Amino acid sequence: MALGAWAQRVDETLTRFGRRPEYLLQMLIALQEHENWLPPEALTTLAAALDLPRARVEGVVGFYSFLHAEPVGQYRLLFSDNIIDRMCGSEALMARLCHSLWLAPGQVSEDGLVSVDVTSCTGLGDQGPAMLVNGRAIAALNEDRIDIICELIRQKLALDAWPVELFQFEKNIHQRDALLSCTALPGDALRAAIAVGRDAWLSQMQASRLRGRGGAGFTTAVKWLACRNAPATEKIVVCNADEGEPGTFKDRVLLDAHADLVFEGMTLAAWAVGARRGFLYLRGEYLNLRPALEATLARRRAEGWLGASIGGVAGFDFDIEIHLGAGAYVCGEETALLESLEGKRGTPRIRPPFPVTHGYLGLPTVVNNVETLAKCCLIALHGGAAFAATGTAQSAGTKLLSVSGDCARPGIYEFPFGVTVRQVLDACGASDTLAVQVGGAAGITLAPYEFGRRVAFEDVPTAGAFMVFNDTRDMFEVAHNFVRFFAHESCGFCTPCRVGTSLLAGTLDKLAEGKGSPADLLEIEDLDRLLKQASHCGLGSAAPNPVIDGLQKFRPAYERHLMHADFSPAFDLDGALRRARQITGRDDAGAHLPQQPEASR
Amino acid sequence: MSPSRKLRVATVSLAGCFGCHMSLLDIDEHVFALLDKVELDRSPLTDLKTCGPCDIGLVEGGVCNSENVHVLREFRAQCKTLVAMGACAINGGLPAQRNHLDVGQCLSAVFQSRPGMDTAEVPDDPELPLPLDKVHPIHEVVRVDYFLPGCPPSGEAIWQFISDLLAGRTPRVSYPLLHFD
Repeated sequence: MALGAWAQRVDETLTRFGRRPEYLLQMLIALQEHENWLPPEALTTLAAALDLPRARVEGVVGFYSFLHAEPVGQYRLLFSDNIIDRMCGSEALMARLCHSLWLAPGQVSEDGLVSVDVTSCTGLGDQGPAMLVNGRAIAALNEDRIDIICELIRQKLALDAWPVELFQFEKNIHQRDALLSCTALPGDALRAAIAVGRDAWLSQMQASRLRGRGGAGFTTAVKWLACRNAPATEKIVVCNADEGEPGTFKDRVLLDAHADLVFEGMTLAAWAVGARRGFLYLRGEYLNLRPALEATLARRRAEGWLGASIGGVAGFDFDIEIHLGAGAYVCGEETALLESLEGKRGTPRIRPPFPVTHGYLGLPTVVNNVETLAKCCLIALHGGAAFAATGTAQSAGTKLLSVSGDCARPGIYEFPFGVTVRQVLDACGASDTLAVQVGGAAGITLAPYEFGRRVAFEDVPTAGAFMVFNDTRDMFEVAHNFVRFFAHESCGFCTPCRVGTSLLAGTLDKLAEGKGSPADLLEIEDLDRLLKQASHCGLGSAAPNPVIDGLQKFRPAYERHLMHADFSPAFDLDGALRRARQITGRDDAGAHLPQQPEASR
Repeated sequence: MSPSRKLRVATVSLAGCFGCHMSLLDIDEHVFALLDKVELDRSPLTDLKTCGPCDIGLVEGGVCNSENVHVLREFRAQCKTLVAMGACAINGGLPAQRNHLDVGQCLSAVFQSRPGMDTAEVPDDPELPLPLDKVHPIHEVVRVDYFLPGCPPSGEAIWQFISDLLAGRTPRVSYPLLHFD
């Protein structure tokens, strides 16, 4: 590609995004659409035009898994590598695809046509295995679908010409409560909140005792009040739709089936705090949803529920734009998300100051989860007290659960808070259940004796993931999968997490290869402690959770991988002398090493 | 253990530079207090060639060849408490800089390609230990109980560490003894 062509492409992109450096990530995503990678001249031209150091631009490209500074082929196929996808047979399907296309995972085919690799959970656990083709998700993979995909690639058919049904998801809603059975029309909730006035609306929110549905459970009204009271003329509302926790997909379904409730929730937040700008930060894996979401936004603008003087109230101006993520789990952490929204690497910020006073571009910012914002519509429609009437003392309302794994009916279940794990298992048709992972990889592993525990902030908190494992599964393999996920997703900013997650993954690799020893279990416990205590953000401190729970509740699954030895090296000692034997021509007894010490004297 | 019994201590330098041992000698007059409490087994200071049953083993240097493996395993078998002393024992250190090179090419570059040695062979005497393809920190070959960082750890740090071990305290080297800037 000639330099001139890239100069023109960069210029078009700059114009589209108003030449603002905070749109750097969005510009890079847009530029990559041309050739499925970002050549050096594109980065150089873009850096010069934005007056940014080239290293800054390259740093952003290097941070996000879905941005490529090297060619990855015309078709980039990424298999979702969550344990649930693996249980559905993703590995065999990936092998079939690679075999059929004559290439190895991680390799670009010699003709530069295609590459195949794995990626973190794509949020399709209820209809896996799933993959992304150039960022667009295909669910319900089976051998037939793999063969169809191979054929489409061989024909070099453009993605837009692929059969539409490949890119369609099921919603799989199996249990509806207040939110999923809400039939309000667009604007109903806003009309109600505008009618009672700003202050009364905030009082309703306080009365509702609504807590954040993204996992941390912070009280929403407290967040909104702090943002409203922060001294600044411009405020921001952000909807966190970077649902990256393995096994979670309830936000995908909400955005698919109830996008109006989500956008209306954002507008209700704007009404409360006085914001004029809103962002939906959509994880890159949900690219398929974007056209419909843009259409919904356009319709809401046309209906007067976005834009200037919303609901006829002079000065109530608010609009929403969609920003895409690009494959970084850590961006689900709100301060990392704000960095990403500002076009930077998604490194979590040091708090305080909190986003409610210093958020997007330093402006007071409310960051709420998709489900939290949708729930605000119920509060506006029916009042805070009615909302607080369901659930438990500290967890008001209902919770959407993303159920996947070994059960008859994986999908979305809406239950009032306080539902027991066993009730959920019964509802989804699970039997012979060995364990349930609630809250995703960072969550908690429950053994059968705990199935009476309740999903609520008081007991088992969750952002929504509910992964079921039956008694044919190896809980060591489950934890191993999760730890590798954290090692891959560590942002690299702090040493305890960057190094600790890799060491932990390495130690579990050693166990998986049958080279573990009791000393390695002690090493694992040391690493768990280090990660918990010394990490900069929640990613590192949550990374050892599956192993901590696993060693406590499923210890024999780990012990099965131990050798009966005090310690055994992870590498092949005799093999390490092979090269020296070869070059010296020696093969005497002294030129060999036993893997274990000779019998003790 | 009777209070009067002296603790037996062994020390060794594997793939190291003896800098940690030099630092051990830097404890100056504390050496008298030390010798009141310990007697040395295998150590470069005693020149004993094998290690008997010991309370503490201090290992300097990483594992670069088969002899290192044998010596390290002897230390692990004989010492109740094994300490990785210094950067090389903990991380491989300077010797591990060869890890990105092919050990076969290293040997032929040294013995066959240098001026004046172009007809020589790589030595194949069975007396010589063969080098491993990579230099490893000692905890990748045996279980290690404690780690004393530093390149080398200062005499003061070594003294504090050993004093803790002798007194039955979990060793804890304070921050000022660990940072070098």
